Amino acid sequence: MVDTLVIPLLKIVILLNAILIAVTYMVLLERKVIAWVQSRLGPMRVGPYGALQPIADAIKLMAKEDITPTRADRWVFTAAPIVVLVPALIVFAVIPFGPEVELFGRSVPLYITDINVGLLYVVAIASLGVYGIILAGWASNSKYPLLASLRATAQLISYEVAVTMILVSLVLTAGTLSMVGIVEAQRDAGLWFAFVQPVAFVVFFIGGMAETNRAPFDMPEAEQELTGGFHTEYSGMRFALFFLAEYANMIVISTVATTLFLGGWLRPFPGVAALGFLDLVPAWIWFLFKTFVFLYVFLWIRATLPRYRYDQLMRLGWKVLIPIGIGNIVVTGVVKVLL
Amino acid sequence: MQVEVPSSMFDTSELVLNMGPQHPSTHGVLRIVLRLDGERVVDSDIVVGYLHRGIEKLSENRDWTQIILLTDRMDYVAAASTNLVYCETVEKLMSVEVPRRARYVRTILAELQRIASHCLWLGTHAMDIGAMTVFLYAFRERELILDLFEEYCGARLTYTALRIGGLPLDIPPGWDTKVLSFCDIMDSKLGEYETLLTHNRIWLDRTKDIGVIDGPDAIGLGLCGPTLRGSAVPRDVRKDEPYAAYDEFEFDVPIGVKGDTYDRYLVRLEEFRQSLRIIRQAIDGLPEGPIVGKVPRLIKPPAGETYHVNESPKGEIGFFIASDGRSTNPYRLRVRPPSLCNLQGLRRLIRGHLVADVVALIGSIDIVLGEVDR
Amino acid sequence: MGEAIVFYGLSALILGFAVMVISTRDTVHSVLFLVVNFLLVAMLYVLLGAEFLAVIQVLVYAGGILVLYLFVVMLVNLKRPPETYQDPRRQTRLGLALSGAVLAEFVAIGVYGYTSPEGLPAVAAQAVEGGNVEQVGWVLYTNYLIPFEVASILLLVAMIGAIVLAQRDV
Repeated sequence: MVDTLVIPLLKIVILLNAILIAVTYMVLLERKVIAWVQSRLGPMRVGPYGALQPIADAIKLMAKEDITPTRADRWVFTAAPIVVLVPALIVFAVIPFGPEVELFGRSVPLYITDINVGLLYVVAIASLGVYGIILAGWASNSKYPLLASLRATAQLISYEVAVTMILVSLVLTAGTLSMVGIVEAQRDAGLWFAFVQPVAFVVFFIGGMAETNRAPFDMPEAEQELTGGFHTEYSGMRFALFFLAEYANMIVISTVATTLFLGGWLRPFPGVAALGFLDLVPAWIWFLFKTFVFLYVFLWIRATLPRYRYDQLMRLGWKVLIPIGIGNIVVTGVVKVLL
Repeated sequence: MQVEVPSSMFDTSELVLNMGPQHPSTHGVLRIVLRLDGERVVDSDIVVGYLHRGIEKLSENRDWTQIILLTDRMDYVAAASTNLVYCETVEKLMSVEVPRRARYVRTILAELQRIASHCLWLGTHAMDIGAMTVFLYAFRERELILDLFEEYCGARLTYTALRIGGLPLDIPPGWDTKVLSFCDIMDSKLGEYETLLTHNRIWLDRTKDIGVIDGPDAIGLGLCGPTLRGSAVPRDVRKDEPYAAYDEFEFDVPIGVKGDTYDRYLVRLEEFRQSLRIIRQAIDGLPEGPIVGKVPRLIKPPAGETYHVNESPKGEIGFFIASDGRSTNPYRLRVRPPSLCNLQGLRRLIRGHLVADVVALIGSIDIVLGEVDR
Repeated sequence: MGEAIVFYGLSALILGFAVMVISTRDTVHSVLFLVVNFLLVAMLYVLLGAEFLAVIQVLVYAGGILVLYLFVVMLVNLKRPPETYQDPRRQTRLGLALSGAVLAEFVAIGVYGYTSPEGLPAVAAQAVEGGNVEQVGWVLYTNYLIPFEVASILLLVAMIGAIVLAQRDV
């Protein structure tokens, strides 16, 4: 009873809180990192070195008037931000933060669950997040947000194909779909999969950036030109939910990339015994550190690169990344058979 | 095999879209009415006048020195350049000779202004295309120039830095060494901008083959300045009709090849370097002497009219002045604004491109609405 | 016992949402109810122990195909509001009679299956060890290879058709 109900519930509660706090502080992290790249300081006034800025932002957004356009579809309008955020949160159910640890006399695995189609679950839930964007554009009852949301959606589903191809070749390498199984396959191979499948790594990261609408693929969002984007009609907390969902998606991509390519909770070079002293660092700290590296790269790229035009973005997804993905599958298959 | 598709299903009529006067990317109050086919611009209509303040009419009621303040506010990004061309036009009308030291300092100010204006151009152009960091880097350098100007004449934006016949003030002691150290800083920062943009694949994708216009067409449209030079037309007033002290300095005029946005970007980037070259030569060879020529207390040019051009950072700026010889105000003052002439070309440039390119092209022609509307 | 509760609850919800799909006026709401329906069906698959199929159901059907349905519905809806008139060619009584006949046939089959002496035909014994994915993979690529390839070619034809239809005359 305790093991099947209480402990998972506790884990869920802890994880959800942690994710939501992390997402809120991602806002501050982004502003600070981009500011430091641009030789300025970022938020400094609220709290020591601006540390309480996200709390100020949250209070401001909650205190704002909640405007609903009159002829908008009430149910869909309310549901859209929720439909964007919830999939981003429930993906964390299969992400392994660490191996089994001893807590209060019990052996507790540091993940909520390990289903044997874990990777497919991640992709499936990610594909559900697309609905929120479509519904947001639709519920605004105006032509331009609708077209903007359809464009953003088209971008998302195109890059989903590329990312799924990459994941197929990764499943070939690991031999299993379960997330914990993939980490254990890296431990058994003694090498992170980033070294075994470097092309897949790069393409996954690029696809991940496009999936989360981050620069340089943020044209539908940064459409400051004309159509104000799919979230024009939203204000206050609903608007905040869209951006929380974007940051949550970023964290999802980072954690998934960590699990698949950087060995999850494994220390660098798990096969090399000489580096055993690195085991002093708890496994979940390694995991968080690697995730943080990915998040930093997300922000770094946003600060540096210009953004792609929409048609160039789609061309990149369909004409470059998908053929690379398919080629990667073929090469992986051949290598697997020969070795 | 012909496929019959009911036309009502894929109805693609033209869409009229307004990039209104309030817009983050139009660098001022510019209105562009676009006619789109899907996402392609079929045609456009450019509506200006939102910043019209009647400067030409106002100057008919101001005396000749007061008009210098009005010229500050036209191209507010590069005020000293407009000051310069106005003062030189009046000096031409009055046949006043400007002493050599004053001409040298005027050249230094004009070139510093060119660098400042191009910094702002680079920052805003890059930011519109998405590289937001370049905006802050470019403005950091622009701040250094603004500090130099503040030390010289007390103002950061609207300088009124020149007077008819010369300069109001001599340069403060130590200013020339500060300018030289700025030149060194700027050289290294130019390398930074190049690293971030010039060979960046995304930048190339966004600027190559966008807004291509060849030389004869560009001349026909009346384009000027770096916009014209990007189309391989070697026209630069500093070389063709030298003014201030430009005939005493050695510098090159960068010219593009194809006339696309990337070429215009490269031209302006190289103009940074040439400006630094000119400033260094001017500081090194700065002669001693008076800073203002023989000008009567009450400036009353003889009756007549004249037209004089300069190469401002935006392009070829011209002033036409008609004086009736009796009053202390001009009879008529007319500006040939390079930004307006370049803006005329925008309609031709954006035809056939996507909506996202419109923003890139507005940045590429480098306009200031204060000058367009006056 | 718990399984039965979950099963009947899910089934009730599935049927309820299915009714709402066809009875609601707004087409977009219709598609959204269908999405929820498919998610519930995926839960049903999990209940049956076919988790691979459940995830694929969510990924492909709910997360891919219905997104495209939604695209079309939204773009078409831009031009016309939903029609509210009754189509004069509708044959209500004939339709009811036919569906009643089909329902009677299903009931007859079910009753026969439960009451006949041999019982229902047994499910073929699992020939392959391993989880869901391996089993599906083996069966798909050995016993059902031809239908699999035919389905792939069908999808390819659909893709080419879409490209031909949408192509501009450039």
